[in-house]
Amino acid sequence: MTGTINLAAEVQQASGVANLAWLLLVLPAFGAAVLLIAGRRADKWGHLLGSATVIGAFAYAVLLFFDTTSLAADDRTREAHLFDWISIHSLNVEFGLRLDPLSLTFVLLITGVGSLIHIYSIGYMSDDRDRRRFFAYLNLFVSAMLLLVLGNGFVTLYFGWEGVGLASYLLIGWYQGKDFAATAAKKAFLMNRVGDVGLALAIFLMFKNMGSTQYSVVFDKIGEQSTGVIVAIGILLLLGACGKSGQFPLQAWLPDAMAGPTPVSALIHAATMVTAGVYLIARSNPLYSLPQAEDARLVVMIVGAVTLLIGCVIGCAYDDFKKVLAYSTVSQIGYMILAVGLGPAGYAFGILHLLTHGFFKAGLFLGAGSVMHGMNDEGDIRRLGGLAKKMPITFITWTLGYLALIGFPFLSGYFSKDAIIAAAFSEGGSRGWIFGGIALLGAGLTAFYMTRLLILVFLGKPRWENLKSEDGRAYHPHESGWTMTLPMIVLAVGSVGAGAILSGVLPEWLAPTLGELVEEHGPLSHTVIAILTVAISAIGAGIAFALFGRREQPVTRPQRVSFPVRAARADLYGNHLNEALFARPGVWLTRFLVFVDNRGVDGLVNGIAAGLGGSSGRLRRLQTGFVRSYALSMLGGSILVIAALLMVRFA
Amino acid sequence: MSTSSTGSWLLAALLLLPLVGAAVVVALRGNDSTAKAAALAFSIAEFALAIVAWVQFEPGGARLQQAFSFDWIPAFGVHVSFAVDGIALAMIAVIGLLVPLVIGAGWLDKLPEGRTKGGFFALILLEQALTVGVFAATDVFLFYVLFEIMLIPMYFLIGSYGGARRQYAAVKFFLYSFLGGLIMLASVIGCYVLAVEQNGTGTFEWAELVKVVSTAPLETQIWLFLGFFAAFAIKAPLVPVHTWLPDATAEAPIGVAVLLVGILDKVGTFGFLRYLLPMFPLASKELAPLVLVLAVAGVIYGSMLATGQRDMKRFLAYVSIAHFGFIALGIFAFSSQAMVGSVTYMVNHSLATGMLILVVGMVIARGGSSRVADYGGMAKLTPVLAAMLLIAGLSSMSLPGTNSFVSEFLVLIGSFPNAPVYTIIATVGMVLAALYVLWLYQRVMQGPVRGDALVGAAGGPGTMVDPAVGAKKAIADLSGREKLVLAPLVVLIIGLGFFPKPVLDVVTPAVDATMCQAALADPVQSGERQLQCR
Amino acid sequence: MTPTYYLLLSALLFTIGAVGVLVRRNAIVVFMCVELMLNAVNLSLVTFSRINGGLDGQIMAFFVMVVAAAEVVVGLAIIMSIFRTRRTASVDDSNLLKY
Repeated sequence: MTGTINLAAEVQQASGVANLAWLLLVLPAFGAAVLLIAGRRADKWGHLLGSATVIGAFAYAVLLFFDTTSLAADDRTREAHLFDWISIHSLNVEFGLRLDPLSLTFVLLITGVGSLIHIYSIGYMSDDRDRRRFFAYLNLFVSAMLLLVLGNGFVTLYFGWEGVGLASYLLIGWYQGKDFAATAAKKAFLMNRVGDVGLALAIFLMFKNMGSTQYSVVFDKIGEQSTGVIVAIGILLLLGACGKSGQFPLQAWLPDAMAGPTPVSALIHAATMVTAGVYLIARSNPLYSLPQAEDARLVVMIVGAVTLLIGCVIGCAYDDFKKVLAYSTVSQIGYMILAVGLGPAGYAFGILHLLTHGFFKAGLFLGAGSVMHGMNDEGDIRRLGGLAKKMPITFITWTLGYLALIGFPFLSGYFSKDAIIAAAFSEGGSRGWIFGGIALLGAGLTAFYMTRLLILVFLGKPRWENLKSEDGRAYHPHESGWTMTLPMIVLAVGSVGAGAILSGVLPEWLAPTLGELVEEHGPLSHTVIAILTVAISAIGAGIAFALFGRREQPVTRPQRVSFPVRAARADLYGNHLNEALFARPGVWLTRFLVFVDNRGVDGLVNGIAAGLGGSSGRLRRLQTGFVRSYALSMLGGSILVIAALLMVRFA
Repeated sequence: MSTSSTGSWLLAALLLLPLVGAAVVVALRGNDSTAKAAALAFSIAEFALAIVAWVQFEPGGARLQQAFSFDWIPAFGVHVSFAVDGIALAMIAVIGLLVPLVIGAGWLDKLPEGRTKGGFFALILLEQALTVGVFAATDVFLFYVLFEIMLIPMYFLIGSYGGARRQYAAVKFFLYSFLGGLIMLASVIGCYVLAVEQNGTGTFEWAELVKVVSTAPLETQIWLFLGFFAAFAIKAPLVPVHTWLPDATAEAPIGVAVLLVGILDKVGTFGFLRYLLPMFPLASKELAPLVLVLAVAGVIYGSMLATGQRDMKRFLAYVSIAHFGFIALGIFAFSSQAMVGSVTYMVNHSLATGMLILVVGMVIARGGSSRVADYGGMAKLTPVLAAMLLIAGLSSMSLPGTNSFVSEFLVLIGSFPNAPVYTIIATVGMVLAALYVLWLYQRVMQGPVRGDALVGAAGGPGTMVDPAVGAKKAIADLSGREKLVLAPLVVLIIGLGFFPKPVLDVVTPAVDATMCQAALADPVQSGERQLQCR
Repeated sequence: MTPTYYLLLSALLFTIGAVGVLVRRNAIVVFMCVELMLNAVNLSLVTFSRINGGLDGQIMAFFVMVVAAAEVVVGLAIIMSIFRTRRTASVDDSNLLKY
């Protein structure tokens, strides 16, 4: 492929400001450690320390960003060696950081959105007596996520990868007194681990074939490998990405993860962690850009396309505010995966969409959190409605995020999503039509379910007026405090403007890492695609308005619905499939094995022991205690001995 | 004839101090508190000695250091000879660390009628001396003798101080191990006979026997290998000769379970490294597939059974069986990365599973039952205890950032080039590990408050409890003593996760020597390295 | 002199003794039958000694006598104490030393 830069040759030693890059990891980790160890003593100021460390990290990240932009484009890939982590002969796993445009982009996103959500959480979690611990977990997450994107090898990435999984587990299971939260947390961790196996095996393959797991060596040598190895690594990395990013077939955990507090959903399960899969594939672009990796890329695209459709379809049927957003996230990440699967024509757009999505989806979630905060944690959109007047700031910021997401012209989603759709069409041939068509269809569905959400929550009649929440309280919706609205406003501004600004500069900024953006022209011109996308989105929104905006909506979900709706409500039977394929056979197998172990393996041992004991018990009966019976047996024995002797003698 | 090298006084002191300690503690057993204090003092002194030995040890020096030797039965060439290499040293250090913690954890345990704390702790110190001896012995006959004697204090520790079915468990443990030991004795004698045939005079010195036996023909090696392997496989334990471990762990007092799983079982995998590979290189290669199958079967089988257990202590035993599968996989995958991984796994497993057992013991001490079903929602009542269980659990499932990750990662990445299929299956074990750890954590710590003891303390069935109001009286969070016991383990678990270099550096030369004796070469070479046999 | 007769006598005595041990119930009689068997053996020992012209058999016979005497002492004492506690000397009445 033209335009791919050989990265390994250009890695520079970090110096100056970049020498302090370890601060990025240590600051939030330090916050987490202090908050966890200090315990209740830190209750008063814990949230402040937690926020301060992340804001500090953000400040440093900005500094680092400007430091990097002051360098020539070819010098922007730098590495900072911290220490030798695991080093045994031919295997040398470094604990080091790679500072390049891609990782810096992520660092800014993570610390930036992270700071906003920390601030938001101060208000959102103010009633929780364990707020300090919440901030500790959030800090832990930020630290692990930064390690994920900053690590200079696949093992450090894996470290961060599992670290964010742990933070996600802790935060999904935040309301741990509730069984469903604990189960959702466990499910998330387990499905992630399935993906992690893929990532781990990819790492093993790299070591076997290239003798290293560091980016610099792996990307240097990947071109010399056989096609089989390249495709295998590509697909195994994708499996890892599927687990973390909630892609098909490992998407089922993400909606359940909404059991966690809303800031968590915004930060981890919308803006940052779930996009790690996109990062992984973009980071591995030297692999996926190889012509031998064609098949791997095709699989990536298929996964992305399938997921984006699944997410949209299920999102249309759910009535839970956050779960609709969760499926929306699933489908938007599908777009990103599709984009990075397109190769050099799509990496930058994938990252662009990831960034704009980070803004508007985090904003949408924070808006949802603000609504639920004011509505006794009510998440059922059929029990909401007409909240626009009660929560004006939330409404306006949410609507801006909404418009950005459905790709309203010149808001950020318009730039990023359209670019992906156009890139998909430009793949050419039947592939271009199929993937482009799916992406286009997804845009329409997105507009449909998001409009449905907007209408049911903020417009229409206030259906909550005559209802009470689960714990028997009446609803008194109110606007949230400034710590919550401020982040929403900032994110809304981002949702509006980020696309326009970033779409211009991002591809060039990322070029040292991802290679030059390859512009290919498909059968349809960009203008045509832009018009098509907007038109289809408008149709989707229009249908939603016709269905939900003009009629009174029931408070409970209708039960008599068509098959597609039923299927979508059941997550397109994804959970049923998992249950039938893995969970239930697993339980049976486990029970069977426990039986085998107790009765079979241990039974054999105990059986031998019992057999020996039993036969000895029988034999013992021969000792009657009567002298004369002993005498008789002695006589018998003597006769036998003599007979034997005689037989030997005369035989 | 007697010989010694520099630092040999250290090893001698390491062996004798717990023995003296045991004698003193027995003498003081009339008074519980002085006996306890004496036991703790001796165990801490032993740990200090172990640290000195660690510092004195030169990783780049001779294979066996701090050696001393004198004749025992000259007619048969039997010596009392001890020395340590990096592997043995690491295990001795772990023993030194665990024993004071075990004593601290058992400080307030109630013992069965008529038993004294002094007797209990004296047996633990005795066991400590014997296990140090087993790891440090460099005479095969001496190793065999200690290998068997080691069973005796453990038999009494389980049989006299354990739970309801302690007699059954103790006898089962003893017979299993003893049977394996006898089979090993046959092989030990076989090795001696080989030495007589080849050299004219027989010897049991390990270094000599390695030279003699490793050149024997394959057929001979296989038979002798199997004899040793039987003993070590039972001890480790590998599936399918594992069933003594769940019973023994379930019935043993918590501290004894820690020693059993954390130290005694390691003798098996230590034996793989010290005896099987160097003495029978041909047979090891020939029979490696057999061991690998058993190892991987252990990983999957142990993990699945762990999820199916109703009793927390039996659960811990099956978790260990799964982990021993990883260790065996790493040893028989024949690469220095995997082998170093296995050795560090032995250390890390002692820390992680040791901590897991101690924490479960603290849970049981509060709820009064070892059945998982008797618990639920404990995190509300005892947040610190819950955090400890999570940390120990995360280490057990090898989360990066904990010590076990380093070792499991090394085992898997090192095994992959030589044994890809086995490694892939074992990697699936990672998912199962997460499953059983999180399952336990969810059942015990999360969800609504369940279980008689807990609900009683919380005031009402299934209620959500506000810890500030109720439940503080009966179910207290960790005491200062308990925190003190767990703190070193937490520090090591996280510290070695980020910075495993100190352990890796000590272990690697010994592993290199083992690889060399077994005539093995790394599948992935970096080029500049040449294997130097020492 | 033919040794055969002595040997036949010895065999006869031994058989009488063995049958007596097996069929009689009185401990004293059983005991005496055991002595009879011992003496039958002594007789054959002496006979063989005479046949072979060595002294080994005769010496062995002395040993047997000494042992038999010691045995009588111990055995009779046991029988006496059994009789005192149980008021019977029948060997079929005491089977305490069973499994």
